[in-house]
Amino acid sequence: MASFLLPDLEDPASAPFWQATAAGELRIQACAACGARRMPPRPMCPACRSIEAKWEALSGRGTIWSCVVPHPPLLPAYAELAPYNVITVALEEDPSLRILGNLVARPEGPINEVDPATIRIGEPVRVVFQQVDDVSLPRWIRA
Amino acid sequence: MSIGIQDRTAIVGIGQTRFAKGLEDSELSLACQAIAAAIEDAGIDASEVDGLSMYSMENNREFEIARSVGLGDITYFGEIGYGGGAGCGAIGHAAMAVATGQCTAAVAWRARKRAAKSSRPWANVGQRLEGAQQWSRPWGLLRPVDEIAMLTRRYMHEFGAKREHLANVAVAFRKHANRNPNATMYGRELTHEQYMQARWISEPLCLFDNCLETDGALAVVIVSAERARDLRQPPVYVHSFAQSIPRQHQVMTNYFCDDPLLGPSYACARLLWERSEIKPADVPVAQLYDAFSPLIPLSLEGYGFCARGEGAAFTENGALEWPSGRLPTNTSGGGMSEAYVHGFNLILEGVRQMRGTSPCQVEGAESCLVTSGEGVPTSAVLLRR
Repeated sequence: MASFLLPDLEDPASAPFWQATAAGELRIQACAACGARRMPPRPMCPACRSIEAKWEALSGRGTIWSCVVPHPPLLPAYAELAPYNVITVALEEDPSLRILGNLVARPEGPINEVDPATIRIGEPVRVVFQQVDDVSLPRWIRA
Repeated sequence: MSIGIQDRTAIVGIGQTRFAKGLEDSELSLACQAIAAAIEDAGIDASEVDGLSMYSMENNREFEIARSVGLGDITYFGEIGYGGGAGCGAIGHAAMAVATGQCTAAVAWRARKRAAKSSRPWANVGQRLEGAQQWSRPWGLLRPVDEIAMLTRRYMHEFGAKREHLANVAVAFRKHANRNPNATMYGRELTHEQYMQARWISEPLCLFDNCLETDGALAVVIVSAERARDLRQPPVYVHSFAQSIPRQHQVMTNYFCDDPLLGPSYACARLLWERSEIKPADVPVAQLYDAFSPLIPLSLEGYGFCARGEGAAFTENGALEWPSGRLPTNTSGGGMSEAYVHGFNLILEGVRQMRGTSPCQVEGAESCLVTSGEGVPTSAVLLRR
């Protein structure tokens, strides 16, 4: 069976992110010393050099920053769904923090259900979580 | 008084293999053939070569090259990372090594059998993603074209760029390739209509926004300016050289900094022009890294040929086209229509422009900008006669 590309849940830098999504939460890494948020996660705060981090819960709201619609040739699992959308979402708490995802029509919907021609940069979206194997992937529906 | 390594070294030899999809020779054989041709072109003895500068993505090893081609004792060797960002870096590091006396005759090269499916990095996937890839690939952003398409859509949104602008790029480079018998796309016309009707690869990018898949190899020989004046070819001086990893940059999926459309070329350009006596307005011809067409407007802006957001409009009215455009660009066809050898063919075309031997020769051109990958840690050289 064709498989999707999924994160290594044991990766120490990002494991708390995936533990949070498994619990139905979107959390972002922040410096425990100075509070600066950072995405993607990394071992040191670029603002103050602290290696102590915390994981802050977010509202799960944001806006579409950009969007692509891949067509084959693609890896088999993705080719079966193509064309589908991939969006970058600017997070409500700080629009310079962004995360990738897919826009789905309903919380359980597939990534190829929304008509790509209707997707607009700036559209408000909110997070949903979809289970793919052992990973809870954040995806987005129109807010 | 010159700055840094300005004009202290020169490219005195160039060599290349044929370009095609599916060449029989191995990557090692192709590299050796291109390097031997460059040494022959320079008119030096192979045993004089004592420096080797290559891409970290190169599959060949320095010692294999050296003992196959019959080079001398190698006293400088180094690798530059980040794929298409490395080409001008390999030239610049060779130039630095020669200018500082770490070696006297350096070869930089790239050999690649890209057309083989196994050579596509994005297709070689492990079971689980680590590092930066885990923040894009799970959602199906898999290939370099998808990663650049994300920036392209945003660029179109912010600055009003249209697909017609990207077509200007593709059509211009194809016209140049049609004057270059060595180009993969020689004899194959591309019209704006064909561009607009092409199949999607990753919307908003279509087939003709992508570079070619090519097997081939190219090499150059670099020596000191003093030595260059005694050799058979007119010296092509490395006037200025710069590299850049901008702050908070992430390779290819550069969506996580304050302003992702301020790409690596901005920081690279600042240093390049600071160290140059020539300014963008004086540069008559350019070879800009073109793995994807939208990298051209981004590079035109980054390297200062126009203001931010004006790169797309710059392509209008045949501005990139030889002979009468404002800035004839990728005059041998570039990665999109000559060959995609990680941008190294752009360097050789820059040398030909300075020698006066380009298939689209810009009359009287005294300098040529050559850039490496936009969207990755990058490099650039300004060549002069």
